[in-house]
Amino acid sequence: MDLVDQLTIFVLAAFVGFEVISKVPATLHTPLMSQTNAIHGIVILGGLLVIGASDGLLTDVIGWIAIFFGTVNVVGGFLVTDRMLGMFVRKPKPGAEEQKK
Amino acid sequence: MIAVGALSLDSDLLALCYIAAFSLFILGIRQGTHPKTARRGNLLAAAGMAIAVGATLATDVIGNWGIILTAIAAGTAVGWIASARVAMTDMPQMVALYNGLGGGAVALIAWSEFRDIEGHGGLFELDVFIPILFSMVIGSISFWGSNIAFGKLQGILPQRSVSLPGQQFINGLLLLGLIAACVVMAVDNESPSEGLFVACLIAAALLGNFFVLPIGGADMPVVISLLNAFTGLAAAAAGFSLDNTALIVGGTLVGSSGTILTMEMATAMNRSVANILFAGFGGAPAAGAGAGEERPHRSIGPQDAAIALAYADSVVIVPGYGLAVAQAQHAVAEMADELERRGVEVRYAIHPVAGRMPGHMNVLLAEADVDYEKLVEMDDINPDMPRTDVAVVIGANDVTNPAAKDDPDSPIAGMPIIETHEAGQVIVIKRSMSPGFAGIDNDLFYMDKTAMLFMDAKGAAQEITSEITEL
Repeated sequence: MDLVDQLTIFVLAAFVGFEVISKVPATLHTPLMSQTNAIHGIVILGGLLVIGASDGLLTDVIGWIAIFFGTVNVVGGFLVTDRMLGMFVRKPKPGAEEQKK
Repeated sequence: MIAVGALSLDSDLLALCYIAAFSLFILGIRQGTHPKTARRGNLLAAAGMAIAVGATLATDVIGNWGIILTAIAAGTAVGWIASARVAMTDMPQMVALYNGLGGGAVALIAWSEFRDIEGHGGLFELDVFIPILFSMVIGSISFWGSNIAFGKLQGILPQRSVSLPGQQFINGLLLLGLIAACVVMAVDNESPSEGLFVACLIAAALLGNFFVLPIGGADMPVVISLLNAFTGLAAAAAGFSLDNTALIVGGTLVGSSGTILTMEMATAMNRSVANILFAGFGGAPAAGAGAGEERPHRSIGPQDAAIALAYADSVVIVPGYGLAVAQAQHAVAEMADELERRGVEVRYAIHPVAGRMPGHMNVLLAEADVDYEKLVEMDDINPDMPRTDVAVVIGANDVTNPAAKDDPDSPIAGMPIIETHEAGQVIVIKRSMSPGFAGIDNDLFYMDKTAMLFMDAKGAAQEITSEITEL
């Protein structure tokens, strides 16, 4: 893909992002920030792609850390968002959290 | 390629998987805009991520499986355990930390790419090299800046503005130096120096530290949001250099969302993003009226507060940062339940920046099983304030300061506030008279109708509840 194609995708994606995201009520901003935070963990793909070409210890170490960071970003990000959003689910009055009584 | 070809995805199929993945990201974010569908939206986005990662792993350029599998296993374990254990009140710094890790990953990938091209003696084509330099610099700034933000929110670092003399000048020099070094490498694109590349990584790390350290703790949400956008753009740049559509689209989506969120947060504080980033808020204290002199205020105990609340018809609770810090949301919800049992109408007034991020207070109160409908936005509750018998301010300060409306010279003039001073009576639960993040006195505390209850939020709510039950 040449640079112009890449720039086309970039510009369109930016507009999609603005349109889709600007309609979020303030209540959901923190979960949304957390979710988009998890989405940029997509950089893990970069780590996976470059590690195959690694030919030395230093590059191995750099790649390992990059994939590790990316995985924490993805896994932690989505799980934490799920926990936050789980708080908004209506619970029947005798909630499951009252077992300590 | 040998037999692997049969098992591996060809490039068209990979491209289709990426299209599915980023479609799921977009759908996921859109569903994230409604409380009912938000959770499913998050799952959709996570499914998109799984498809993108799975498809990439199935291509035949993937090697070094030992490294990949151990790194993914370790990352999954750490991410899983950390997110299962973190308290809801600590969510903002968790987001900061994850954001930083993403930024760090981008910077390290950029370094790997650099070494890869250099190791194969290749020419650094500018349409690949410029994105590499961009993601290296921005990723490193984001990593270190996010870590500082984490440290400030976690209380490891001072909340206050910390800066060297001539900080802006130093930052400017660092930025100019970084740009100059990147230009030098780009011009010398047949054999750019790796030493210079690593020096840039370090300079960007310093810049990330220096950039966030002078910003006060209250402004961290805006900073995290901005760095979230930065990381997104850095990831998109990595997509340019690796020619990977999933990275370009995913990163760009995050870049645009972070930008919007940053501007919305700044608007809610009635300040410009530039002012937050470069003014070092809180660095110029005691601008408020009556600085230095003791002003008279009225202090009460929990039983007085219980009586005032139990015999009111309508009560509005204004929760703030202090409530989040004291983990008092459950205790406050119990107090509200007890009041409702006595027929008192209880509502919560939510300032746009209550807690540490927009929506953070809603999450905390939802965790304490507070009915969604009792959370009222600032603009809807203010007209009701004159008809409210008692306003209870719990751990909030600047967002209730009438000086924002009355005193055009106040540093917070024009900031939207919850107009508790219009209520019949005000009870402020706070540990001391110390000022809030704006560093100014709150005129509300000295009004005749205001009573101060000097306790931590959780203890106060518990004692008030037990006093109410004994009435």
